[in-house]
Amino acid sequence: MSTLMSGAKMLLECLAREGVDCMFGYPGGVTLPFYDVLYEHHIRHVLVRHEENAAFAAEGYARVTGKVGVCCATSGPGATNLTTGLVDAMMDSIPIVALTGQVPSKLIGSDAFQEADTFGITRPCTKHNYLVKKLEELPQIIHEAFYVAASGRPGPVLVDITKDVFQGQGHYQPVTSIHLPGYKVFTEGHTGQIKRAAQMIQESERPLVYSGGGIILSNASPELREFVELTDAPTVTTLMGLGSLPSEHPNFISMPGMHGSYAANMALSNADLLIALGVRFDDRVTGRLAAFAPHAKVIHVDIDPAEIGKNRAPDVPIVGDVKRVVPKIVKAMKENPVPASEKLKAGRRAWWHQIREWKAEHPYNTPRSESEIKPQHLMAEIDRISGGQAIVTSDVGQHQMWAAQLIRFNEPRLWVNSGGLGSMGFGVPAAVGAQMARPDKLVFAIAGDGGFQMSIPELGTIASNGLPIKIIVMNNGYLGMVRQWQTLFYNNRLSSVELDCFPDAEKLAGAYGFKGRTIDKPWELASALEEAVNEPGPYLLNVKVTPMECVYPMVPAGGAINEMVLGPPQPVAVP
Amino acid sequence: MLQVISLLLENKPGALMRVTGLLSQRGYNIESLTVARTLDPSLSRMTIVVDVESHQRQQVIKQMNKLINVLQATDLSDSPAVVRELVLVRIRTSQESRTAVLKEAEIFGGRVVDSSTEGFAIEVTGDPEKLSEFIDVMGSYGEIDVTRSGALAIALESKKLKLQPPVPTKAGARLEETLSN
Repeated sequence: MSTLMSGAKMLLECLAREGVDCMFGYPGGVTLPFYDVLYEHHIRHVLVRHEENAAFAAEGYARVTGKVGVCCATSGPGATNLTTGLVDAMMDSIPIVALTGQVPSKLIGSDAFQEADTFGITRPCTKHNYLVKKLEELPQIIHEAFYVAASGRPGPVLVDITKDVFQGQGHYQPVTSIHLPGYKVFTEGHTGQIKRAAQMIQESERPLVYSGGGIILSNASPELREFVELTDAPTVTTLMGLGSLPSEHPNFISMPGMHGSYAANMALSNADLLIALGVRFDDRVTGRLAAFAPHAKVIHVDIDPAEIGKNRAPDVPIVGDVKRVVPKIVKAMKENPVPASEKLKAGRRAWWHQIREWKAEHPYNTPRSESEIKPQHLMAEIDRISGGQAIVTSDVGQHQMWAAQLIRFNEPRLWVNSGGLGSMGFGVPAAVGAQMARPDKLVFAIAGDGGFQMSIPELGTIASNGLPIKIIVMNNGYLGMVRQWQTLFYNNRLSSVELDCFPDAEKLAGAYGFKGRTIDKPWELASALEEAVNEPGPYLLNVKVTPMECVYPMVPAGGAINEMVLGPPQPVAVP
Repeated sequence: MLQVISLLLENKPGALMRVTGLLSQRGYNIESLTVARTLDPSLSRMTIVVDVESHQRQQVIKQMNKLINVLQATDLSDSPAVVRELVLVRIRTSQESRTAVLKEAEIFGGRVVDSSTEGFAIEVTGDPEKLSEFIDVMGSYGEIDVTRSGALAIALESKKLKLQPPVPTKAGARLEETLSN
């Protein structure tokens, strides 16, 4: 059975077969044939205001649903604008498919209008990419792209399609199977290593679960929870893993790393066994690698073989999907129980006692002021309203760290941030994707005054689509994290970090037809946030906070994570 | 240290770029790289020599294996393998040295592929280190131009090629299913 149709129609047919219901994009010359067939199709296309944000929005969609996010751009500048989003998705292993138009195949290489070597440019930005020059290859490639994006360690896949492929007519036959002989996905884990892991866990006196984004990507939170409860091991979750274990779970310690908690970093530094699940021993977590978890044996479970041993050589390497492997470890523990000696039991009690002490000794700083809004106060108020249930997106920087420290996430896929790449301007467009995917959810987009100003164009997208996103600008008048480093490590020489002009939030939001407000008094905070949340439409809340606040604890770059700076060395003068 | 890698990869547009791009992206220095089709014209065999620290060797292979067009990446540095290279040397030499040059070439198993009053063009195949010696020797007789092919290698023990079977489409929806469970 085959039907005669255009390449553009075939593409749409394939997208529908992959279950795409929503995509984010920006049309242009060579994608016109595709947009023409999209005109009468049920797939919802969200017209963003900049292609980079199409990729970020697709990521937001993918991060909250687990489905493949789709974005689309035209050739040349459209495609090059996508690249930051592609790398962002690559670094955080987010499944997205990017579709780009390319000049007609006969013009490739002629420096044609809006021609760019998208295939070459995006090779290092993607898990895999394709250039489609033959119509008959299109359906196969589209399905391959979705398969590669979502399977194994997820990631972005780009398909660059020439205009003549969109326009050509061909017989469409639905693709029923994909054959990628060299694409290896290891999910099951090595039985022997799983048994070894199960034994080591039971024999460990000071075990620590170190859980990351892999748990969320694999939807393995229930499995993680069962494992944690069976072992009663304290658990730290990375920035990407927040929500993998509920923040209110008694075994949850908090986030480790450069701005992680004292207790989490001390636990890592003193554990005798790390059970690393879906993590990659990122430098922001480990600090100086040689001094990281020096007393611990390591069990490392990850679906990507190249992550095992990349930064830290594990004692028990397990290549597999955490969703498959963690229950196997649980089963092996139940089948081969190791009776705990009195000494071990006492050791474990002492370990928990020690961790509770660390937690009590140095909780996260939550200063309050009578006259100013402390950024931590803002995050605590957002946390109060969210109750661990709202979707929170963020950019990168101080606001991201305070949000990660102080906002609870009691489910996976609520915390959406640019972790690996650290892209400014991520939070607002990611919230667009998140809210499109989850219209039922309260979505906060938290940004700094720097990142927000990179995202202002998307206020148009938010208004056009009536997305009730609550944009919270943590406005300290600076590029706060860069300013913090200048303060701490560059003699407070504040070079090119001051943002002394910020638009009037009420007028700015008003110009797009929704509500906005600026506050700077602590007593306004709770009611302003409630007003924002109760507003049925979008809301822009500009919160002026203490300008010179620094994020603590802080592990200076290259330091060991137990050498944290817990607070300001001396009162910092406002210049 | 030098690591010899043998790659079997699909002969698809961009496959070479993926391999070289990966090497430069991860900061591995390419010493040499050769590529040609195999008996099966849809596949290519590539021999790469990279200069990496020994603790990174496994990582290079793992990263190569992650490339979707790569069917098999094998580290030949420690396993039994034959590594050969071809060198073409053009030497300008005086009349008096001609016989000596030919003698030296013979010692290295070289073959004269062109001869003129000015000198010779000589081809030699062999172990890359031997070839370096040959080049040094030739250089002592006169002005030389050198082209090396880069190393070619073959494993002496066959390693089983594991290919992935086809999967049905909509496999991409796996995550969706598990999410709803």
